[in-house]
Amino acid sequence: MTSTSDRRVVITGIGVIAPGGLGTKAFWELLTAGRTATRTLSFFDATPFRSRVAAEADFDPVAEGLSPQEVRRMDRAAQMAVVCTREALADSGFEVADPTRVGVSVGTAVGATMSLEEEYVVVSDGGRKWLTDHRYATPHLYDYLVPSSFAREVAWSVGAEGPATVVSTGCTSGLDSVGHARELIREGSADVMIAGATDAPISPITVACFDAIKATTARNDDPTHASRPFDNSRDGFVLGEGSAMFVLEELEHARRRGAQIYAELVGFASRSNAFHMTGLRPDGREMAEAIRVALADARLPGDAVDYINAHGSGTKQNDRHETAAFKRSLGDHAYRTPVSSIKSMIGHSLGAIGSIEIAASALAIKHGAVPPTANLHERDPECDLDYVPLTAREQQTDVVLSVGSGFGGFQSAMLLARVA
Amino acid sequence: MTTVVTGVGVAAPNGLGRDAFWAATVAGVGGIGPISRFDPSGYPAQLAGEVPGYEAADHIPSRLMAQTDHMTRLSLTAAQWALADASVDPSALPEFGMGVVTASASGGFEFGHRELEKLWSKGSEHVSAYQSFAWFYAVNTGQISIRHGMRGPTGVLVTEQAGGLDAVAQARRQVRKGVQLVMTGGVDASLCPWGWTAQLANGLLSTGRDPATAFLPFDANASGYVPGEGGAILVLEDEQAAARRGAAVYGVIAGYGATFDPRPGSGRPPGLRRAAEMAVADAGLTPADIDVVFADGAGVAELDRVEAEAITAVFGPRGVPVTAPKTMTGRLYSGGAALDLVSALLSIRHGVIPPTTNIRQPAEGLHLDLVRDVARETPVRAALVLARGYGGFNAAMVVTDERNGR
Repeated sequence: MTSTSDRRVVITGIGVIAPGGLGTKAFWELLTAGRTATRTLSFFDATPFRSRVAAEADFDPVAEGLSPQEVRRMDRAAQMAVVCTREALADSGFEVADPTRVGVSVGTAVGATMSLEEEYVVVSDGGRKWLTDHRYATPHLYDYLVPSSFAREVAWSVGAEGPATVVSTGCTSGLDSVGHARELIREGSADVMIAGATDAPISPITVACFDAIKATTARNDDPTHASRPFDNSRDGFVLGEGSAMFVLEELEHARRRGAQIYAELVGFASRSNAFHMTGLRPDGREMAEAIRVALADARLPGDAVDYINAHGSGTKQNDRHETAAFKRSLGDHAYRTPVSSIKSMIGHSLGAIGSIEIAASALAIKHGAVPPTANLHERDPECDLDYVPLTAREQQTDVVLSVGSGFGGFQSAMLLARVA
Repeated sequence: MTTVVTGVGVAAPNGLGRDAFWAATVAGVGGIGPISRFDPSGYPAQLAGEVPGYEAADHIPSRLMAQTDHMTRLSLTAAQWALADASVDPSALPEFGMGVVTASASGGFEFGHRELEKLWSKGSEHVSAYQSFAWFYAVNTGQISIRHGMRGPTGVLVTEQAGGLDAVAQARRQVRKGVQLVMTGGVDASLCPWGWTAQLANGLLSTGRDPATAFLPFDANASGYVPGEGGAILVLEDEQAAARRGAAVYGVIAGYGATFDPRPGSGRPPGLRRAAEMAVADAGLTPADIDVVFADGAGVAELDRVEAEAITAVFGPRGVPVTAPKTMTGRLYSGGAALDLVSALLSIRHGVIPPTTNIRQPAEGLHLDLVRDVARETPVRAALVLARGYGGFNAAMVVTDERNGR
């Protein structure tokens, strides 16, 4: 351990764009109401596709105050990250004094995939030309090629000059980017990190690639009830989009300026299953190991956990895998702990969702309530924990475990705790 | 705790494998040439650094062929060589004690190009079942971890060309936290027409037709860079763990710093100098201890000037030998700085600084002691590697011989 590992890291500002709600307030209202934001995919004509349900955010970059040039320059995912960053900054009241002590960590699984596909269609003339015609490309195409541009946009919007990076570990990106930011504050490389994640993957190529492996739902005739984690009738996840960004600060830095504190990031770990790029072993071993290491990092016993914000993607494989992981890591306490998946309401926004779920976890601590798992009517018999069906629950919540699981075999666990 | 490098695997445009690469690099033999992977005649830039002589089927199990992009195959090959070089048998180590942290810049872009073409020319039912992961930025980390049974901490960082150093720094953090072995580095390639079209959009690619004059960092005739493919994978271990198993050590990952440039128009100074100073201080050294600087070498006049000013601010005018052997490979994106790190370690091992080739007329006012044309034999105990990612990312890393390590 480094000598600075006693530095504590807290969340002092939150910005969220999620399906069904722009801004943190609307997001939390949606979750606690148990309302679903999944719907028939509207961004393009999805008729030829197997899965035609999506969780789309009603996000308009112009209405959110981005300038015409910012809108042109940035992919939708970058736009959402920048707008969330503004909300998080305003929420925290943080103003940059020393830019060199402020860093950026942005998670994304698939980068500027929407803009890339739109540009591809033009430069290939609708897929006709293998030798794509560069003369038809936007001058911002390189920013779409390298998603590091997302970190640049956030850094510019804040005026940050500390360490800046994009973290891209598939569907755990949003946990890992915040875990990375926490690490940088703890080791002393920064006092403040603007961290979070964003993804805007609702494009034909993404829908097609999940169609090909039947990972997404085919419940096209009932889109508002299509995301059904832990329910026996679930048949895959609903592709979503969104972003959450945080102002993370070293605890004393936050206290000195009298900042509100949502929660402390007390523990984090990631592990890899080294098993399969898309498959999970049913025993949940590696996720359990990530949870155990995160608990050790937090110096907390397993029975301190008041609420588990699950990955809960709504695939049979995942739901059983993580149920096993919770039992393996927490023992009997797993049966006494409420577990819920907000993906039942806002879908699965790939790399972004991990940060959106951290936002939900922090808000659960702040408001003393845990969001429900919507659409859960008949539990999968293999999934025998308390998944908080349909209705939010008011409860004192001091410690939250949020987990993620993703292609590549990545398993991550983040622990948040109330700061006394 | 000291983190050491015990193995390297290289796939570079001027040499496949560490020994071929180093022999070419010391001899000043470049690997830049006309693009062969597709017909570049319709594009303003037509040169690239392609990895020579790589037959994927010789290196990659057949079951992985359908699900891997070219850059993933190169990275799997480099990773295997790095493990062999380190004389590590992963199956003999604790599974949670081995991690993988790689950098990526643009993912498996050629794979993605083919699938986009299938989708738009034939229909969605023709898209590969592997598209969901074969192109994404995390693919190399995932595939390396699966192939070698590494279940410890994983990571993927994207900072364009700075990523090669940022990933190694993250790997060092994991070693310091007790992970026994971490595979790290970066391998990139997007030499397909769609990737080329996207690279052209940054306006920094050299349109030169002559491999000897197209990419000239710090030269008065600098006119952009030549992209390449490949990179390097390194094996990092805790020094004591490496010593216990009697591993040969290349050197120590001794210092690191990362910064981001101020937004345009702020009037504040660029961040590269600060990153370099942080890396030297983190290594517990002073600038006088640094024997060579491996430069980022953008090949763009303004960026070269910024880098030269950062170097002279830290070391004084002509205060340290500077080299940019990437004139022989082109810029390899996330693979570039990882490869430079290997070069720095090999410089330490062999006591020789590889040259910056092709420079005829150094740009005026840069005050660099540029190692030109021929390698310079000199003891190297500490090297500073600089890397910059498009958009403002700066990273610096110090590697030292074991004696210098903390």
